[in-house]
Amino acid sequence: MNLMMILEMAAGAFGDRVAFQNGEDRLTYQQLFDAAGALAAHLDDGRTKHLAMLDVSTLALPIGVFGASWAGVPFAPLNYRLTDGELDALISQLNPGRLITDDERASRLDGKFGSPSAGGDFVSVGSRAAMLDAVRAPGAAKREDAWSMDPDDTAILLFTSGTTGAPKAAVLRQKHLVSYVLGTVEFMGADEADASLSCVPPYHIAGMAAIASSVYSGRRVIQLPNFSAETWLDIARREAVTHAFVVPTMLARIVDLLEAEGRGDAGLSSLRALSYGGGKMPQSVIEKAMKLFPQTDFTNAYGLTETSSTIALLGPQDHRDAMASPDEAVRRRIVSVGQPLPTVEVSIRDPEDGRELPIGERGLIHVRGEQVSGEYRGKGSQLDAEGWFNTRDGGYLDEGGYLFLEGRMDDVIVRGGENMSPGEIEDVLLTHEAVLDACVIGVPDEQWGEAVAAVVVLAGGKQASVSELQQWVKDRLRSSRTPERIEFWPELPYNETGKLLRRKVREALREDA
Amino acid sequence: MAVYKAGTRLKSAVCSSELMIVVAPARDVTLTCGGAPVIALADEAPGGAVDPAHKNGTQMGKRYTNAEGDIEILCTKPGEGSLAVDGTALEVKGAKPLPSSD
Repeated sequence: MNLMMILEMAAGAFGDRVAFQNGEDRLTYQQLFDAAGALAAHLDDGRTKHLAMLDVSTLALPIGVFGASWAGVPFAPLNYRLTDGELDALISQLNPGRLITDDERASRLDGKFGSPSAGGDFVSVGSRAAMLDAVRAPGAAKREDAWSMDPDDTAILLFTSGTTGAPKAAVLRQKHLVSYVLGTVEFMGADEADASLSCVPPYHIAGMAAIASSVYSGRRVIQLPNFSAETWLDIARREAVTHAFVVPTMLARIVDLLEAEGRGDAGLSSLRALSYGGGKMPQSVIEKAMKLFPQTDFTNAYGLTETSSTIALLGPQDHRDAMASPDEAVRRRIVSVGQPLPTVEVSIRDPEDGRELPIGERGLIHVRGEQVSGEYRGKGSQLDAEGWFNTRDGGYLDEGGYLFLEGRMDDVIVRGGENMSPGEIEDVLLTHEAVLDACVIGVPDEQWGEAVAAVVVLAGGKQASVSELQQWVKDRLRSSRTPERIEFWPELPYNETGKLLRRKVREALREDA
Repeated sequence: MAVYKAGTRLKSAVCSSELMIVVAPARDVTLTCGGAPVIALADEAPGGAVDPAHKNGTQMGKRYTNAEGDIEILCTKPGEGSLAVDGTALEVKGAKPLPSSD
């Protein structure tokens, strides 16, 4: 198995379709296939063992992903927001390798990684522009031998975001990514006129998965390297975009902008499907978005780097049912991540003894399936003997098999021996009409070990007092879950892919105490 | 008869079908396309006619499986012949289309 086989099928069946578009520059499926072959020939030097890319989304990105697969070397997209020091630590794990980056970085880093003193045996640093010129030149030599079909070859090394520690490289093998694509995407399922707007950075698993799945479906991907709500809407309207994926913070900004424009709807009737994931979506944002995009199907996707992206989906009909149902249990599903994929099994386990928990009980989410890697470089596979991966995300399943997330188990608050999940308390706070966003954490407490503290962002023009919010939680949950301390902030800290940085909230509250 | 490995690419000896093994059975099987045993992708096709009893065709991107579910084959290039394992025709693996999530 190899991602290249997916591209070969696409180039064979619809080679003239546009595969990727960046500004005015485009690559058809056949051109992408040819460029990947040319890159694979360049990588065939007997030394290169990794291809790293430190760059925003450009046409070089899909060429890099597929060219590396053809050459049989892992592709490693790096986070361009990291400092040089942080990058050094990652790049040193990718020797001997090649690094493709933007022009400015290429000239700055070339001496650094090219010199024996600093970079050891790092092969080279090259600019994206030079790479694109070389692999797209007419008559560029293509790799002559076929790619390996060994399912265990490493396709992608993805450094996990490290909100809980030092970044480590998740190993995604060909079999994981190909299984994900074959199990979730219909070959050539897209119409020729379909266009997908991609604004997730390359170093995010959703960005990598989107490349493989859009190629298999035959969709045209329009890359938006630097997200802003204005450019997103502008391109979506101009290009009559039909599909898009956003992280929650992006959707919140799009909703804000549309509300500021004073429009009743987004004026984007072309947009058939809008999927979101990568963090917790505030209920108010998704409800507003559904009103602003009345013709659009919404899908919530839950997945991890270690599971080759999506493992559970809340589909369009689930969204509509949740909005319209008189049944509270169905309405609550708007904040769930839906049901596991048919190709994936989910099991909720007791954090202490690992036994499977019944419906409705909170525990650790475990997952099993062909697409699940659960492996880190240098640490080996973290799967148990039966193939289960412990996501370390807390959650529970409801009667209908819908999965509710409760945050990382590392975030669990232990107050007087009672375990409580921040997510449960946040969900209750978010149902208050004055609350736009909320973060609940444990703070050190002499009497209880930990006390519950909340940081709340009020909705524009709305007010709520500390005692009112405390009463709100007390009326709906046990009194032990009522935040003893509530602060009001103008906004909560998120990383650029929409993950709430609880660590920063914790640090700030500790300083205030 | 052959024992296959996941990832192996094959083709029909008698039509244009190309295949990849997605799930390999842990046993010796005879895999045919168009009624004739399949051959390695790189091999020269001996030619011959598609058996009319095995002429339902393969469709690109479809996965084919047996009742036991211990074999799964992806069609990477379509052809006139249809697939069978030890004489039993394989069926298209029915998959409910999922909404696009990325």
